[in-house]
Amino acid sequence: MHGRPRKAPKPEDEAASSAKAQKLRALQTQFFSFHHNKIYTKEAVELSAKLLEINPESYTAWNYRKLAVEHYLNLPDCNPDSIKSVLDDELRVVENALRQNFKSYGAWHHRKWVLSKGHSSIDNELRLLDKFQKADSRNFHAWNYRRFVAESMKRSEQDELKYTEDMIYANFSNYSAWHNRSVLLSALFDKKAEGFLLKEKVLPEEYEFIHQAIFTDPDDQSGWFYHLWLLDQTVTTDSPLLASSWPGHGSDVLLVGDRCYNGSAFSPFSALHSDSGSFPIVLYFNQPVRGVNSSTVTVECGFNKNEDLLWKPLSASNSQTARVWVAHLKVPSSDLHSTVEVSVGHTKGIISTRGFEYSHPSMLSFKVHVQPMERDSSQVSVAESISLREENFKVYGKQSEESIIDSFDQLIIKNGHETTASNWRFEALAKEIECFRELLSLVDCKIGKLTLARLLKAYDAMSYPFANKLVHSEEVLELYSDLMKLDRTHYQFYKDERSIVLLQKYKDSVSSAICGPICLRLNNLSLSRMGAFEKLLWVQMLDLSHNELQSIEGLKAMQLLSCLSLRNNKLRSLTALEPLRKLKLLRILDISYNQIGDHSIDTTRYVCSSPLSHSVGSELNRDETVTSDVALINNWEAFYIFKDFNLNQLDIVGNTIADEKFKSVLVKIMPKLKQLDGKLLD
Amino acid sequence: MAELAVDKHFKYILSVEKNKDSFESVVMDHLRMNGAYWGLTALDLLGKLDSVNVDEVISWILKCQRESGGFSGNIGYDPHILYTLSAVQVLALFNKLDVLDIDKVATYITGLQNEDGSFSGDMWGEVDTRFSYIAICCLSILCCLDKINVEKAVSYILSCKNLDGGFGCTPGGESHAGQIFCCVGALALTGSLHYVDKDLLGWWLCERQVKSGGLNGRPEKLPDVCYSWWVLSSLIMIDRVHWIDKEKLVKFILDCQDVENGGISDRPDDAVDVYHTYFGVAGLSLLNYPGLKAIDPAYALPVDVVNRIFFSG
Repeated sequence: MHGRPRKAPKPEDEAASSAKAQKLRALQTQFFSFHHNKIYTKEAVELSAKLLEINPESYTAWNYRKLAVEHYLNLPDCNPDSIKSVLDDELRVVENALRQNFKSYGAWHHRKWVLSKGHSSIDNELRLLDKFQKADSRNFHAWNYRRFVAESMKRSEQDELKYTEDMIYANFSNYSAWHNRSVLLSALFDKKAEGFLLKEKVLPEEYEFIHQAIFTDPDDQSGWFYHLWLLDQTVTTDSPLLASSWPGHGSDVLLVGDRCYNGSAFSPFSALHSDSGSFPIVLYFNQPVRGVNSSTVTVECGFNKNEDLLWKPLSASNSQTARVWVAHLKVPSSDLHSTVEVSVGHTKGIISTRGFEYSHPSMLSFKVHVQPMERDSSQVSVAESISLREENFKVYGKQSEESIIDSFDQLIIKNGHETTASNWRFEALAKEIECFRELLSLVDCKIGKLTLARLLKAYDAMSYPFANKLVHSEEVLELYSDLMKLDRTHYQFYKDERSIVLLQKYKDSVSSAICGPICLRLNNLSLSRMGAFEKLLWVQMLDLSHNELQSIEGLKAMQLLSCLSLRNNKLRSLTALEPLRKLKLLRILDISYNQIGDHSIDTTRYVCSSPLSHSVGSELNRDETVTSDVALINNWEAFYIFKDFNLNQLDIVGNTIADEKFKSVLVKIMPKLKQLDGKLLD
Repeated sequence: MAELAVDKHFKYILSVEKNKDSFESVVMDHLRMNGAYWGLTALDLLGKLDSVNVDEVISWILKCQRESGGFSGNIGYDPHILYTLSAVQVLALFNKLDVLDIDKVATYITGLQNEDGSFSGDMWGEVDTRFSYIAICCLSILCCLDKINVEKAVSYILSCKNLDGGFGCTPGGESHAGQIFCCVGALALTGSLHYVDKDLLGWWLCERQVKSGGLNGRPEKLPDVCYSWWVLSSLIMIDRVHWIDKEKLVKFILDCQDVENGGISDRPDDAVDVYHTYFGVAGLSLLNYPGLKAIDPAYALPVDVVNRIFFSG
């Protein structure tokens, strides 16, 4: 099926083909007769060998041979010699078949099956493998078989590691060998085996090794992914850490049931307009964890019992693992000034997906001030539509000369333990940076620029927040801009990476007297993707309009969002709004002038919760009145996305999908909606 | 730019179905059930499914069901999970799932799940993540996914996740676009995509696009039209398809057509076959090529067929 040249069929070819076909047909028919009648004579079994030699993919013949072998092994007169002869025969048939097609699943599996009967030696099998790997060093069947043999015959990881080294020295362009090497090293790191205990010794050697591959031919991909893995091993600490939280440590939270302050001098990062009598505590970890509950995270405050707090993971479907965890603290409605202390990880139980414990207990404390409502909220006029053109929006890019508060530091938790941040990590990164700068001075290559960008980002991430700036941001941004020109095929990939770096650069300077809601403008930045959420947990009103966002992946971390504009972006489907389902405070949403309805292929179809992915939980209570009116088959995306929203105001004009019929469906799905596209609803 | 020769491909597919006597056909005899799925789904995407005799197809499919409940590749062969999925998919195309004794099929599949959550292809025990995908996809179409241990199935698949973000056929197996499609598809169908490192895998996948615009299946290999499905559908499921140059890929697929005799080949000027014809058309559908029905990237069936299963009453 692969790699055969296209030829116009000639009459003599067709005749030959027809003859061959008839011969094969006859063989098949005869074979079936033996198989269905359970005939296992020598002649019958020999026929199946003939069939498999012509067509090793005829899977039923392999099944037949297994039945024949079992038949022989169960004969009363079988002895070790006759068994050996029978099994030898099978191995011979497999070798013949593999010669015909060395990628035949059936043949390789048959060999494994024969070996499970306790025959053949490790030397035999390795010799066979050598033959096949010389013929094609990327044959993954052979590599899989090699792993199978190594394991069942207990060959040491170190010996296998040496084999990968030999293969790589024979030819650097051997991704399969590099892959195998990463599997073996990984296992050795995990085992903390003798001599492999220290990543700091092994990784520098591996970097030397991989340089030979990458620098010899920078366009050959074989080494790229291995290098990325080495980088990950260098910077990643095993234990999960708390990256950020809201409220931040040392902050003051003002809760008002109203829209206006009374001019108190509170930091903008801590005031929340709450009409629900509670506020969220958000914990943002550096990797997904499970086991966050009222035992592993204790919240001490005068007005709430710790045991009553329910910590929920912000995850898709029913997963109990997430990077972001939220609990809601109920607040009494009377005047209140109180301190809250949150202890994270003093009891064991918070564990990363790879099984590492949260090992550095942290504590954060903040003050809560409750200001009782001045007006009866039910009298607030619903005609007031919130406009996002408020003067007290913080605008990206406008930074005052003096930064009074380095505000993000309030949120980013300083994890003191890694301060002597293992010097070997910094040394390894610094050396790599030097090597790749050198490479780029000789060859203007894509992998050079991309790797350098990654190295600089990693270096900055490791240094922050001890260093107060991301030193290399400008250089990284420029590298990505270069890559967008150099490798146009992958333009969007570099653009997405660049968007995240741009956001991480964002620092805010703040004056201490702020009124009104906490808003951030991030428009007209050509953002194709969102990121840096750990820095944005405080945002209540977000203006992302006039960008190029086709995804808002990760936005669910911004638990305080009440007002969001995605106007004039490139959202392609309703399912792309899935992250917003977790924003319980969201009341105003503008998704006007996007591309919803333009595209027949939905790229977020499986990242949204729906029956298609079996991720609609038992809490789904299909409102009968809604679905009887709403033809689900035509509107399932709208139903599953919007049914849990609690919006007051929605703008959807300028999307192909937003015709009158669709808008009336929306109104049925969201009965609490008060305003749609500027029109008041009754 | 070349155009999709819809009519030629339509006639080609019908001719393959009828031509049972060529050597190619006889050598593929054992996987005719897969061939039926490729040919018929391609026809549906081209809008030509009604040119087929439904009853004939269904009657042949049912003749391939064995006592165990599984389906064989063709009449006379042994049952296997590979052909069971294709049989169910073809019945779904025709909206004839009701001819099945669903419990019987489900029992065959659940019987193939192993202790560690993996699936064997048949009673002889070959284990491969392809079979995990097949089991999950098949039971999902039959709306009885809960008959297997989904949690264990997912954890086995995750044990096959590699350090480059991709997936292999068994733990430690090298990442390969076909296996990645199966694992990502299985994770998509079980609401488990959050376990995928989408950025890492997305980069590995987008680097499958070579200078000619075609996609290969793993680093330093030749491009092949079938990867327009395996790589592309994976990218779509993890929402990273914008990381490749879609126009260049469309051009590559169209260049692989045999515009005179119909059919699509693995690369330009090679011999065509129904397998590559299906994957070429399916790939074009995923790339929003005009005039084609939309295909679902996880179920590998037209979107209207999938929606019909899950959302109509």
